[in-house]
Amino acid sequence: MTKKVIVLGEAREGALRNVSFETIAAAKKISGGGEVVAVLLGDSVQSLATEMIHYGADRAITVEHPHLKTYTSDGFSQAFMAVVESESPDAVVFGHTALGKDLSPKVASKLKSGLVSDVTDIEGEGADVVFIRPIFSGKAFEKVKIKDGIDFITIRPNNIEPLAHDASRTGDVSSLSVDITNLRTVIKEVVRKSTEGVDLSEAKVIVAGGRGVKSEDGFEPLKELANLLGGAVGASRGACDADYCDYSLQIGQTGKVVTPDLYIAAGISGAIQHLAGMSNSKIIVAINKDPEANIFKVADYGIVGDLFEVIPMLTEEFKKLKAN
Amino acid sequence: MNIYVLVKRTFDTEEKIVVSGGKIQEDGAEFIINPYDEYAIEEAIQVRDAHGGEVTVLTMGGEDAEKQLRTALAMGADKAVLINTEDDLDEMDQFTAAQILADYLKDKNPDLILAGNVAIDGGSGQVGPRVADLLDINYVTTITKLEINGTQVNIVRDVEGDSEVLETSLPLLVTAQQGLNEPRYPSLPGIMKAKKKPLDEVELDDLDIDEDDVEAKTETIEIYLPPKKEAGRVLQGDLSNQVQELVQLLRTEAKVV
Ligand SMILES: Cc1cc2nc3c(=O)[nH]c(=O)nc-3n(C[C@H](O)[C@H](O)[C@H](O)COP(=O)(O)OP(=O)(O)OC[C@H]3O[C@@H](n4cnc5c(N)ncnc54)[C@H](O)[C@@H]3O)c2cc1C
Ligand SMILES: Cc1cc2nc3c(=O)[nH]c(=O)nc-3n(C[C@H](O)[C@H](O)[C@H](O)COP(=O)(O)OP(=O)(O)OC[C@H]3O[C@@H](n4cnc5c(N)ncnc54)[C@H](O)[C@@H]3O)c2cc1C
Repeated sequence: MTKKVIVLGEAREGALRNVSFETIAAAKKISGGGEVVAVLLGDSVQSLATEMIHYGADRAITVEHPHLKTYTSDGFSQAFMAVVESESPDAVVFGHTALGKDLSPKVASKLKSGLVSDVTDIEGEGADVVFIRPIFSGKAFEKVKIKDGIDFITIRPNNIEPLAHDASRTGDVSSLSVDITNLRTVIKEVVRKSTEGVDLSEAKVIVAGGRGVKSEDGFEPLKELANLLGGAVGASRGACDADYCDYSLQIGQTGKVVTPDLYIAAGISGAIQHLAGMSNSKIIVAINKDPEANIFKVADYGIVGDLFEVIPMLTEEFKKLKAN
Repeated sequence: MNIYVLVKRTFDTEEKIVVSGGKIQEDGAEFIINPYDEYAIEEAIQVRDAHGGEVTVLTMGGEDAEKQLRTALAMGADKAVLINTEDDLDEMDQFTAAQILADYLKDKNPDLILAGNVAIDGGSGQVGPRVADLLDINYVTTITKLEINGTQVNIVRDVEGDSEVLETSLPLLVTAQQGLNEPRYPSLPGIMKAKKKPLDEVELDDLDIDEDDVEAKTETIEIYLPPKKEAGRVLQGDLSNQVQELVQLLRTEAKVV
């Protein structure tokens, strides 16, 4: 059995987030050879549609409306449900981002469907598809099947490999016009705190600091190393609460969930709420003064030592490597 | 103001997870109020103290959840309700949970419902928004600040570290993010008083629900622990050698740089 799968692309500051392309790869597996339709909602998203096709969508539908300029659950659910009504999909895939987490339960409720949230892997194809997701803050995993109704999932960013970009792919791009009424939330202001550069949830390398970094200035050596490796700087709650850095850098259960290839934790003890946000990273390096620190239990490589000595030495060593 | 808090009983954060017979072993485990629900309870108490009214904490689950409800009462909630599904449901998912909670709430006319943004066990973050949709009221997730003037509500919410400032109105469901407040510990007089506060128990028969209508849409077919990571390698020797070795390992063994 083949399935028709709709994915929701997500734009941020005029560009598609990587997770959008990952939803297409997930949709391909679920479809079992069926059609993958990309949906983009916003006030001006037309120009992004071909990018979704280049990443593997068969066609794209855009819904543009002034009320979709900023996300609200009322606006986006009305627009998305209009697409669902015209397309009758067998499956739906969103990213497990702030937007996807907020919107998906409402859409699932309207569809009277199940919803498998925060999927990190997909087994099987088409009718036999099974979803894998972490539970208990990543201490265990479950395999979930949809028994009844459409397959609706959200996928954790940076876990499902996107398909290769192919600029020669073509597909139909159509637009759907919708009425959007009765918005019950008015967004007054968005205070952007996210640092420029690499989006943490998409970064391949993250250098994260904890309370052990001791001050705002203490983050400088971490930034230097992250820049050198083309990565991003992250932090524990401890560092954020101590005002060494902004909450937008926070990684963990409350903060961002990340899955980079390389996660360097410096001066972070490794509390379970922190691990919930990074334990799926491919390779974890721990740098901590305390040999008993919990972070060493999840680390692939550890150095027991003062981060203010180790991090600059690491930076120098990587510089040497790059020079060769 | 008529305030409800959705409270879930969860495994203690620090609890080690043991899987046997395809299930998470619960014997001997410590249980707590889901940490994000503690923020929700605290906020509810503060809203009541500022605006008057009553706080009811609501849990769906088994008999054992009475303990967490008593704790919420000891913190300062006024009433507790347990929807006991122990005898009626074997399988459930977020769809089931939301249907049952919403069915209970539908004739209670809540002005404000607070939930946690996510349960630390199931971890889907679905139940709050689903309940709001079923009740046809607005919702705002991951809030870090709540201000109520009459029926107007001003909220700051956390969006991946950015702060969104927004305006909406009651009736409303919000989900609590860390940073909203500092939950109080139950005081000794609070614990004494809690023993006399009402804790009602209802079953599905008391609600307008047919088991078939709330049958789970999803099925967990397997639960397993992540593959045991080989014990990490703590490097030895002189610090500069350790650093050199680490870079080599990252390049040649792990192949991540
Ligand atoms: C509901 C809830 C949600 C939470 N969510 C999150 C979350 O999303 N993310 C999160 O991170 N936390 C979260 N927490 C907090 C978490 O429990 C810990 O308090 C926090 O992660 C600790 O941060 P830390 O490791 O930086 O600080 P600490 O635990 O204080 O650890 C500091 C570490 O630095 C080491 N150190 C000190 N100096 C040096 C040095 N010079 N060189 C090397 N090492 C040094 C110390 O040995 C120590 O191990 C949450 C808590 C709760 C209750
Ligand atoms: C065989 C089986 C039996 C189960 N039995 C139970 C059970 O007895 N009790 C149970 O809670 N779960 C039970 N579950 C799990 C249940 O399906 C999910 O826990 C539930 O759907 C909530 O999903 P979640 O953990 O993702 O919560 P989330 O959606 O992440 O929770 C978000 C918020 O919703 C509210 N909330 C969630 N669940 C409840 C609840 N039960 N009562 C009140 N508020 C809630 C809380 O405010 C919470 O912070 C069972 C699952 C299976 C497979």
